[in-house]
Amino acid sequence: MARQTIRKWFWVWDFEKEEKWLNDMAATGWTLDGVGWCRYDFKTTEADEYTIRLEMLDKSVYAAGSQEYIDFVEQTGAEYVGNVIKWVYFRKKKELGEFELFSDIDSKIKHLNRIIAMLAIIGGANLLIGITGFARVGYMGLINIGCAAVLAFAAYLIYRKKKKLQNERVWRE
Amino acid sequence: MGENIALTEAVYYILLSLNTPLHGYGIMQMADELSNGRVKLAAGTLYGALNTLCDKGWIKELPTEAGSRRKEYCITESGKKVLLDELDRLRQLVNNGEMILNRRNTYGTSDN
Repeated sequence: MARQTIRKWFWVWDFEKEEKWLNDMAATGWTLDGVGWCRYDFKTTEADEYTIRLEMLDKSVYAAGSQEYIDFVEQTGAEYVGNVIKWVYFRKKKELGEFELFSDIDSKIKHLNRIIAMLAIIGGANLLIGITGFARVGYMGLINIGCAAVLAFAAYLIYRKKKKLQNERVWRE
Repeated sequence: MGENIALTEAVYYILLSLNTPLHGYGIMQMADELSNGRVKLAAGTLYGALNTLCDKGWIKELPTEAGSRRKEYCITESGKKVLLDELDRLRQLVNNGEMILNRRNTYGTSDN
């Protein structure tokens, strides 16, 4: 078994692209085996042996409810690979069946709401620190304001995804 | 229930599966089986729905056996009531569809 680590950055609004990339890697026989900040550890397996799924949890990974949820997903045949802050990564052998985390539009919308709420909190905090910082120490505060702008943009892109799902929800679930 | 509600397919199959006590994975398998593989409940969706249904009192968690981390659930009386109301709604849905599309009404008493 060989191992490799790839350093890669994904914007938060590209979490579906991130998941697709991880599944493309698994399809070539490199299966996700560990995660860190912008870091992905892979090990060799059979090509196309695993499905990879990721999501952002509601609470910290260490909260009781989160552990219960991770256990629940594992009981359905998946393995917990690891987490980056609130983002958790799972893999499941394809021979054990299909693997999805969300099977209807409502739960996909709820997941996007969680991400938007997280971006709003961090973005709001940055804006506040930026404005008070700008008043007290001058241009350094602009860094925080810049961060807040990026986070607002991220929230907007996620919001657009949510709007699209809500339009679909009108005629199907 | 006076409320005019349409259950989601996920909730309908969860309630139906819990006519006998089951744990999460058992519900997934049951829904899959009952629907001939059409309804695949994903883990995250199912987990969220189970919590919501517990809060609503339509299902309840059963006491877990010592050493087991698997929670079992079961439908409650009010859950059964919701399911029966939903059956009436679905029956009307099917009857109207069959009537308007001139297909034989399988629930009717007359034969023609």
